[in-house]
Amino acid sequence: MDAIRVDGLVKTFDGFTAVDRISFAVEEGELFGLLGPNGAGKTTTINMLATLLRPTSGTAAVAGFDVARDRDAVRKSIGIVFQEPALDGRLTGRENLEFHTMMYGLGKTERHRRIDEVLTLVELTDKAATLVEKYSGGMKRRLEIARGLTHRPKVLFLDEPTLGLDAQTRRHIWDYVRKLNKEAGVTIILTTHYMEEADFLCDRVAIMDHGQFVALDTPARLKDTLGGDVVSLELEGDTAGFLEDLGRRDWIKRSKFHEDVLSLTMERGERRIPELVVMAQHHGVAVNCVQLRKPSLEDVFLHFTGRTIREQEASQSERNRGMMMGHGRR
Amino acid sequence: MRIHWTAVYVLWRREMIRYFRTKSRIFGSLAMPVFFLIALGLGFRRMPVPGTDGGTGYIGFLAPGIIGMTLLFSSSMQGMSVLWDREFGFLKEIMVAPVSRVSLVLGRIAGGTTTSMIQGLLIFIASLVMGFRFRGPAALAFGLVFMVLIAFTFIGFGLVFASRMKDMQGFGLVMNFIIFPFFFLSGALTPLENFPWAIRALSYVDPLTYGVDGLRAVLIGASSFPVLVDLAVMTAFALIMLFLGTYFFEKSEGI
Repeated sequence: MDAIRVDGLVKTFDGFTAVDRISFAVEEGELFGLLGPNGAGKTTTINMLATLLRPTSGTAAVAGFDVARDRDAVRKSIGIVFQEPALDGRLTGRENLEFHTMMYGLGKTERHRRIDEVLTLVELTDKAATLVEKYSGGMKRRLEIARGLTHRPKVLFLDEPTLGLDAQTRRHIWDYVRKLNKEAGVTIILTTHYMEEADFLCDRVAIMDHGQFVALDTPARLKDTLGGDVVSLELEGDTAGFLEDLGRRDWIKRSKFHEDVLSLTMERGERRIPELVVMAQHHGVAVNCVQLRKPSLEDVFLHFTGRTIREQEASQSERNRGMMMGHGRR
Repeated sequence: MRIHWTAVYVLWRREMIRYFRTKSRIFGSLAMPVFFLIALGLGFRRMPVPGTDGGTGYIGFLAPGIIGMTLLFSSSMQGMSVLWDREFGFLKEIMVAPVSRVSLVLGRIAGGTTTSMIQGLLIFIASLVMGFRFRGPAALAFGLVFMVLIAFTFIGFGLVFASRMKDMQGFGLVMNFIIFPFFFLSGALTPLENFPWAIRALSYVDPLTYGVDGLRAVLIGASSFPVLVDLAVMTAFALIMLFLGTYFFEKSEGI
């Protein structure tokens, strides 16, 4: 059975379409990523799947339950870590976890055992009795992740789990998310606008832009759609014969020669470099420098949307500002 | 719809922890009613109040009104605390919990009623210090019934408003244009009989009018309406407002 099945899901807010007819399925045990710039509709999608927003149209089922009709059953099956902190600052870390575990109906001994367990895991045991309003941003995030796990959900939603965290904590959370997915078998849906995060963690990634999916596949295959790695050679000497020879090799997908630098697109570039160097020598061309660049999801995003994610975010915030000013004038 | 009692209890307990942890809030919110008691209680102590011939004086008339006022303010705030939870993000944590929405409303009502009753009783004690005398233990027991009904009514009222507002913007508006009129129109400070008929007509649709009148009836034995009328009207208001509060809370989207 699919952990998540979404069919033609739409959400509009006052005429603005935040999520525009998306359909996808996530298998049980999968680690699935929604990648896209801010404002692409990732959080809205997650909120609909978590029963916090009602879909405008289309259907979605989580753990086999319809998110519009069977809300309590969905809620029982999921855990969610929100993008913005959703903690009670006037309560201590432990009290926040107690609130949560009691809401999910865990018995007293079970509750204490799991709270201690998750506190150890996120290394907050010695801060458990401190009021959450005194926590740092990273500590709050860790506490929230811990909270999302206490009731052992079948499906865990992580909305930008490492947003605003330092590199070390981020790494820590990545390892943890992976472990949780592989060892405990929890299906995980995460949203992120960090390319390397999606690449490192996810089995499959959906690239989202303006409320729609522009691509959906494994990170490796997404990168393959670009035709492979780029090998750049800085050459010196008479290159004519070498270039002609290269033209006969069908494993080279694209080639570009510009100011002594030859850029070749091919699959598994690292295996071809020795061959290329030998060929160059054979034609009497000196190779001064070799560079291998693996395509990143950033390149994939660029390929599918025609812009980098950073540019996309800049224009998105511009648009939002415009909208807000529009409201102000009215 | 099923009621999850654990969830009701957890929400109630959270409210208790928060309430007792912020002492400044307890005293801060008691300051205004206490000032009213002192300023008006002393200032008008020689004023004859129609309908209170039993020698209770103005403090006897005023104390039930100020208790009603305390309950009005603290209960509507409690109902609207949904807005705070939304502002600080905690509402999402509450809304994704796998419990019926009715349980969430009941938990909030339980917590809100408890804190409001504590506030109301503290003001009751303060009025005793000011020289307020009531008719004995049975009167107090019936007084508690009216206090709970007032609390229910305005928590429900707060819930309705919190569900209709998306942020804190409208909060001040509700305070100034709805809560304060409720207070002044109720006859908490001045006898209804002194109002011109047009204003008195508004007083008759103000739930607090019947709450304060009921409190006066049972505590000092003087009132504008028969006590059973007060009780019936207050019970009706409490049930309707609780129903509406629950209905709107359930209907509103979680975030």
